[in-house]
Amino acid sequence: MPKKDNTDANHWDQIIEPHGNALSPRFAELWRYRDLIYLFVRRDFVAQYKQTILGPAWHIIQPLLTTLIFTVIFGKIAKIPTDGAPPFIFYLCGTVIWTYFANVITETSTTFTRNAQVFGKVYFPRLVVPVATSASKLISFAIQFLFFVCFLSYYWATGSQVSPNAWVLATPLFLLLMAMLALGAGLLITAMTTRYQDLNVLVGFGVQLAMYASPVIYPISSLPEKWQFWANMNPVAPIIEGFRYAYLGVGQFDPFQLLQSMMVITLVLIAGIIVFNRVERTFSDTI
Amino acid sequence: MTNTVIRVENLSKYYRLGLIGRGTLREDVNRWADKLLGRNQPLAELEGKLTGREQGEIWALNDVNFDVKKGEILGIIGRNGAGKSTLLKLLSKITAPTEGVIKIKGRVGSLLEVGTGFHEELTGLENVYLNGAILGMSRDEVTSKLDQIVEFAEMKQFINTPVKRYSSGMRVRLAFSVAAHLEPEILIIDEVLAVGDIEFQNKCIGKMESVAGQGRTVLFVSHNMNTVQNLCTRGIIIDRGTIVFDGSIEEATSQYMSNGGETLELSKQEFKGGMDKIIGFQEIRLNGKELTNGAQTKPSEVVAIELLGDCKKTIKDAEIFIAIYSDGFRLATIFDQEKTEALNPGNFRSTFVIPEKLLKPGRYSIQIGAQSTRLKEWMISDFIGSFEVAPLWSNEIQERKVGPLNILNRGGGRTQ
Repeated sequence: MPKKDNTDANHWDQIIEPHGNALSPRFAELWRYRDLIYLFVRRDFVAQYKQTILGPAWHIIQPLLTTLIFTVIFGKIAKIPTDGAPPFIFYLCGTVIWTYFANVITETSTTFTRNAQVFGKVYFPRLVVPVATSASKLISFAIQFLFFVCFLSYYWATGSQVSPNAWVLATPLFLLLMAMLALGAGLLITAMTTRYQDLNVLVGFGVQLAMYASPVIYPISSLPEKWQFWANMNPVAPIIEGFRYAYLGVGQFDPFQLLQSMMVITLVLIAGIIVFNRVERTFSDTI
Repeated sequence: MTNTVIRVENLSKYYRLGLIGRGTLREDVNRWADKLLGRNQPLAELEGKLTGREQGEIWALNDVNFDVKKGEILGIIGRNGAGKSTLLKLLSKITAPTEGVIKIKGRVGSLLEVGTGFHEELTGLENVYLNGAILGMSRDEVTSKLDQIVEFAEMKQFINTPVKRYSSGMRVRLAFSVAAHLEPEILIIDEVLAVGDIEFQNKCIGKMESVAGQGRTVLFVSHNMNTVQNLCTRGIIIDRGTIVFDGSIEEATSQYMSNGGETLELSKQEFKGGMDKIIGFQEIRLNGKELTNGAQTKPSEVVAIELLGDCKKTIKDAEIFIAIYSDGFRLATIFDQEKTEALNPGNFRSTFVIPEKLLKPGRYSIQIGAQSTRLKEWMISDFIGSFEVAPLWSNEIQERKVGPLNILNRGGGRTQ
C-alpha cells in the first residue's frame, strides 16, 4: 500500500457521512466495479437459459409471436395503415426496439426489491445492477435484431417496399437513447417502490399501456394532425420513428424532434441517478 | 496518532418504528387530501412537534465514538439488538448514518454473510468470480488467487459443478475462501464462523489470525466468547446502542458474560425464535434467591435454578430448558422434564438441578428457552446472567483437574 497515504494523519480514504454527495464521485466508483458489471451481464445470460430446452431461441419466439399477432389483429382486422411498408416487417421493426425498452424498464424498476438480500449484506455501487441489466438486455436485442435483419433482407431481395438508408448508421444512437430513457425511468420507479410497494404492480401494466401510446403498432402519420404534436412529445416516439425510417424508409422522421427527445432523456436519466443514489443510502432500513 | 485507520465520531443511527404508517401510496394520498381539504390530521401533531429523538424512534446507535489502530483485532460484543450489526452495516456502507462521521484509511472488505450473491445455476468457479467481484475484487485479482481459493476451500473436484448441487457446508467453505483471499487493509466480519464443521472453523480462525498477523486490521463480531477471546486483542461491548466497555478482550468477555453487574429484567429480555408470543419468563432464581450478578454457590452444594414464567395456551409437548455455558462453550442443555408433558395456560415454575460437585469453581453463563416439536416453535435468550462457583477447594474438588467439569472417578481407579 502507498506509504504516503498512511503517514499523513489527516488523510482519510473514505469519509462516511449522513448525507453524501449525490453525483460526482459515483462514476469513478462505477468504473472501478466494471468487472462486476461484466460478470452480472454474463450471469444473467448464462443463468437465464440453463435448463431450458430451447435456450436462446426464446429470444426469437417471443417477438415473432407478438409480431404475428399484431399483423393479424392490427394489420388484417383493424387495417391500421403502415405508411406503405409490408405490415409484418413494420410491426417486427417496432416490436424489436420496443421490446428492448420494455425489458430494461421492467427489470431496472425492481432493482431494489429484487436485490434487497444482497444489498443488505454487502456494499458495491448499487448503480452497477441496473447498468448491468441495461447491458445484458442488449444481448437479446442483438439476437432479435439479427432476426429482423434476416427478414428485412428477404423483403428487400423480393422487391418489397423497404428502403434502408444512411440513418442505419445511427442505430447505436437510437439504442443508447432507449437504454438511457429506460434506465432513467427504471431508476426513478425503483427508488419510489422502496416507499410505495404498490408501484411494482403498476409497472408491467404501465409499460403495456405505454406501448399503445407510442408509435409501435401505428405510424405517427396515421394519427389526426392535431394529435401528432402531442404524440411527438413522447420521447420514445422520435426514436421508434427514426429507427423505422432508417431500416424501412417510411414514416415522419424529424432529426430536430430526436434532438428534443435527447434532451428530455438526459434530464430523466440525471434525475433517475440522483434519486437512486439518495435512496441507496438508506434503503436497507425501509424495505 | 498516525496509525489510526478507523475513526468513528459521534455516530448515531435511528430507525423509524413504523408507528406512523407511510407504507403505501394510498396513505400518502389520503394525507395530502386531508391537508388540501383542511381536515383534521391525526398524524400532523406527531410529525410537526416531535422530531428526532423524541418521536419514538429506535436509536440503534447513539453517539458512538472509538478509534481503531492499524493491526488491531477488535472484538465487538453485545446482545441481540444491541447495535452491533448496525455498526457493521454503517462501517461497510450498507446504510448511511443519521448523525456523525466515520473516517477510514485503506480498502475495506466486509463479510456480513457468506455466499452473498451466489447464483444457484452457475458453477462454483463462475461463482468465485462473481462473489469476488461483489466483494470488490477485479477479475485479474481473482484469477491470480484462484488456485489458493480453490485449494483452501478443498473444492478442486467440484469446482465446475453448479452451486445448487452443493451441500450447505460446501457453499460456506467456498464463500469463506473467496472472502478470506480478499486481502483488504481492513476486514469486517460478522459471525460467519457459526456455520461449517469444526475442522473448517478452526481453519478459518487460523486464516483470520494470519490475516491479522500481516498488519491488517480486523473487526470481528461474534457470540462465541471463546473465538473472540482467542482471536481478538481488544474488545468493546455495545449495549442499547452505546459503548459500555472498551478495553482488553479478557475483561470485555468476562464482563459481558456476567451481564455487566446489572440486575436482570427477565420480562424485557429479547428472544430469538418466535415462541415468546406464547411463553413469557418473569423471574430466575438460584438456590431460592433471585439471580443477581455475582451470585455464588459452593462447589459442594447442589445448584438449583428455578424459572418462573407464564404460558398463554396449552402446548402438548412444551419443553422449557436452560443452557449452561463456560467460556462461551455450551456445557449442557437441561430440560425441566425428561419426558415432555403438556403445559397448560397460566403460571408455571420449572426447576433445574445440577448435582453437587459437578461444576468446578468458575463462572457459568445461562441462556433460557423453550421449544415445542409439535408446533415447530422455539425461543432462546442471549446470555441472561451467570453465577459463580466459589473457589473452595477440597479433596474432591481439586485445582489440578483442568476443565469446567469436576468428574469424580467413582467406580474407576487403578489396578497394578
